[in-house]
Amino acid sequence: MATIQIPTPLRRFTGEAGDVEVQGGTVDEALGDLTRQHPGLKPHLYTADGGLRSFVNIFLNDDDVRHLERGATRVAPGDTLTIIPSIAGGSAVASPLSRAAVAPGDGNELPALSPEEIRQYSRHLIMPEVGIEGQRRLKAAKVLMIGAGGLGSPLGLYLAAAGVGTLGVVDFDVVDESNLHRQVLFSHADVGRPKLDAAVERLRGINPYIALQPHPVRLDSSNALELFAPYDIVVDGTDNFQTRYLVNDACVLTGKPNVYGSIFRFEGQVSIFWGAKGPCYRCLFPEPPPPGLVPSCAEGGVLGVLPGIIGALQANEVIKLIVGAGEPMIGRLLLFDALKLKFRELKLRKDPACPICSEHPTQHELIDYDQFCGIAPPAAATGAGARAGGAGHAGAAGAAGAPSPDSADAATDDDDDNDDDFDVEAGEVKRWLDEGRDFTLIDVRSPLEHAICHIDGARLMPLQDFPQQLEQLDPAGRYVVHCHHGGRSTQAVQLMRQRGFKAARNLAGGIDAWSHEVDPAVPRY
Amino acid sequence: MTASGEPAAAAPAALAVSAADMAAIGRHAERTYPEECCGFLLGEARDGFTRVARIVPAANERGDSRHNRFVMSPETVLAAHKEARAAGLAVVGYYHSHPDHPAAPSEFDREHAWPGLSYLIVSVQAGQVDQARSWRLRDDRARFEEEHLASSAEPERPA
Repeated sequence: MATIQIPTPLRRFTGEAGDVEVQGGTVDEALGDLTRQHPGLKPHLYTADGGLRSFVNIFLNDDDVRHLERGATRVAPGDTLTIIPSIAGGSAVASPLSRAAVAPGDGNELPALSPEEIRQYSRHLIMPEVGIEGQRRLKAAKVLMIGAGGLGSPLGLYLAAAGVGTLGVVDFDVVDESNLHRQVLFSHADVGRPKLDAAVERLRGINPYIALQPHPVRLDSSNALELFAPYDIVVDGTDNFQTRYLVNDACVLTGKPNVYGSIFRFEGQVSIFWGAKGPCYRCLFPEPPPPGLVPSCAEGGVLGVLPGIIGALQANEVIKLIVGAGEPMIGRLLLFDALKLKFRELKLRKDPACPICSEHPTQHELIDYDQFCGIAPPAAATGAGARAGGAGHAGAAGAAGAPSPDSADAATDDDDDNDDDFDVEAGEVKRWLDEGRDFTLIDVRSPLEHAICHIDGARLMPLQDFPQQLEQLDPAGRYVVHCHHGGRSTQAVQLMRQRGFKAARNLAGGIDAWSHEVDPAVPRY
Repeated sequence: MTASGEPAAAAPAALAVSAADMAAIGRHAERTYPEECCGFLLGEARDGFTRVARIVPAANERGDSRHNRFVMSPETVLAAHKEARAAGLAVVGYYHSHPDHPAAPSEFDREHAWPGLSYLIVSVQAGQVDQARSWRLRDDRARFEEEHLASSAEPERPA
């Protein structure tokens, strides 16, 4: 027989008794006997799922049983158990998000959690920073992920696992073998499948209680505002500047926070750009770098684990924004160096002259981001689809009327000749080689990429030094330029045409298309 | 209603705090702004009428999120109970501040409360005390109900 001392405010549930005699060999048994004798105590000591409330502490004589064996701590006859609360509290409107469902005046407007959800999220629920209220905020939250790639993989996995109630994903790509070294959402069995199909299946397996909203579209200026509208937070997992500026501007115009992450080779960046509360991406980078200066991951490579680290940090910021815990990365830019294993942090300031997020913006709608970034859509990315935008090539290069390497041949080729002599298909180049035609094949990739694979006979002229090396070439000659997928070679051919190389053409789809369509012995990467 | 008056039988719950103690709580809340402050209300409670005789400011023992969360450890609570007993009083409630938020209890407050106590919340807006309100959790834990907060001109002394 042990004694439990009842704290004063709870004595109303024990008939004003301050000491209650209980049976039981352990703390749990003794407390069980107490709530059997006085059932009114139970809701104040235990949560609905039977756990002791986080603020209720049990002392055995003078020791907190958390430092002993908790509920299994032995209780001897004559021992005294004392119920001591730790006092906790806090203000309600902790989430900085403005939407009523995420930041309500009181917790009652938030969706309730089912017993299954409470089991899944129990490790969240026992932390006061999240708790039932934070978890219900997560359930109410709507997050849109741009891209289901390297960053999108950890983002999707962790946001789904954390119980973000509505998770939208924008992607139009299919799973490629070269994705698997970093895009941990996908497995070999998914190669060739639309990423969204594979992603939804995987995320559904992790959390069947959330709504997954696939958006199988290419994000552009015509659809971004409408896509963003129903969401609370947008997470940028893109790998190119056009989309990054588009995501930023659309977030500013719709008032949404943009949880930003970017990766390149061994380095990554994380921030939250939120025009309403701090700087936006344009305050940091008013203008995109010149095309070709900063290669994409496809061109420059990326350490497979890097998007895992950066994407997980983005997920962390998303969850903090929703539950209102900690210090969000608004106005701060985190720089991560995987080789040195160093994090650096920069303070960001809002640009008072920012064209989109300042008090007197000059831009009030979305613009043409390909044009803004000085590039045409990469031909390789969408195959024939990009050719519709291929007019930009001819216009930019002033190539109208320029002869193709073989105009007679082009005239007979009704597949390929639609007034666009800028691009040339891999199969056509192969035929020219087989026929022994007079032209030079130029590879503008890096020497490292050349070492992975190359087309026999191609001359390596990395894009970095290309403008200088161009002086060695005869502008009257005929050239076909290729890179990995067609992006860098497009820039090279544009430059050549500006310098009077009228018969320079771009190998559409790069060496990847060559491998796919002409010579499977050339490994794809 | 005055702090010293006896409530009528059917009167709603009320909390009486002296003007000096209210001022001290306000100073505590402004000093810790933009973080939350917290402390104990010591006094006597009878028939829904609670008279605060002394306040005991406490440290917010949270290591993080101190702008919207506070905690006082069980050891601190024990010490406050000891101090109350020594003075012939009881811990009748707690106070804490809500920096830049209304003086209304949050869902988080509700999950961490017991009935039978007064929860005095002070709203601090932009560093200045804005409003104080006091709340009691219903026995069924469904929600807090506001109790009348009376502040007397004269400092109260324990009877």
